[in-house]
Amino acid sequence: MSAFLRPWRILLIAVALAVAVPAAHAIDPLPFKDRAQELRFQNLTRQLRCLVCQNEDLADSNADLARDLRHQIFKMMQAGKTDAQIKQYLVERYSDYVLYKPPVKPSTWLLWFGPGVILLIGAFGVARYVRGRARTAPSMPPPADGDDW
Amino acid sequence: MNRVTRLLPLIAFGVLVLLFGFGIWWNTRHSQTEVPSPLIGKPAPAYTLPYLYQPDKQLSKADMLGQVYLVNVFASWCFACGQEHPVLMAQAQQLGVPLIGYDYKDAPDDAKAWLAKHGNPYTYVIADRKGDTAINFGVYGAPETFLVDAKGIIRYKRIGPMTPALIHDVIEPKIAQLKQEASR
Repeated sequence: MSAFLRPWRILLIAVALAVAVPAAHAIDPLPFKDRAQELRFQNLTRQLRCLVCQNEDLADSNADLARDLRHQIFKMMQAGKTDAQIKQYLVERYSDYVLYKPPVKPSTWLLWFGPGVILLIGAFGVARYVRGRARTAPSMPPPADGDDW
Repeated sequence: MNRVTRLLPLIAFGVLVLLFGFGIWWNTRHSQTEVPSPLIGKPAPAYTLPYLYQPDKQLSKADMLGQVYLVNVFASWCFACGQEHPVLMAQAQQLGVPLIGYDYKDAPDDAKAWLAKHGNPYTYVIADRKGDTAINFGVYGAPETFLVDAKGIIRYKRIGPMTPALIHDVIEPKIAQLKQEASR
């Protein structure tokens, strides 16, 4: 390894670090107690919708309100609140919209079970069609040789 | 294969067209970004906030109990608030109820300058500099307007700027109704 390359490497590493470190804490770093709490926080904020830009989650959003809510969630975690309690707190204020996964209740039954019902209807239709064909198929003449395409 | 079975794909297609058509129709009538407030019909969250012009004094929910009033969340940095402001300037007097200006996440000097420039339609102006109380109100974007009844219950919420038509068609009738309820 030639010696004159070393400053280059140091510079490269410095640049890489300068770019990587802010990216790892893209949005304000919070003083987490330990790694487990940080993971719990990230997991929870990924399940919550930012109200300002509604296709972003709270974990990634740069909106002012999202930051305030992250701080609020962090405070509630420090106070020993469970994930369910924190979600409840947000739902009471911002409705089910804050949850990316809507709860199962009468007004969301169509959303949750509709696709399954449509699938069942389709399966029923296909079954009927196939059975109908099976019954009529033997009476059909076999295709003549050389005619298939 | 009977006739109905043969028509089945067409019927299924027709059902899908109806479904998507309904979706388009629904979306033209309803805002995509508006989050329905779960607080309507529930007591307004307790608040105690300093007056913008007298920061050493505070206004709290208890002070307002017994009267119907409007809370208009605004900020000097909020573009749509500037659009709404002339409407408030023109109509606030005729509403017949206190209109509280809720200055949201704003520097007091900016808010004062903004009100000095555009006029102050508010009965009181309170300031929530950090936006903590606003979280309890479910505020997510100014301007927002809450209508609170004499018992301190939120009865209506408008997200986005108020228009003369909205004030005439929705807010004034609701105020009249709530005042009648209060006097009963």
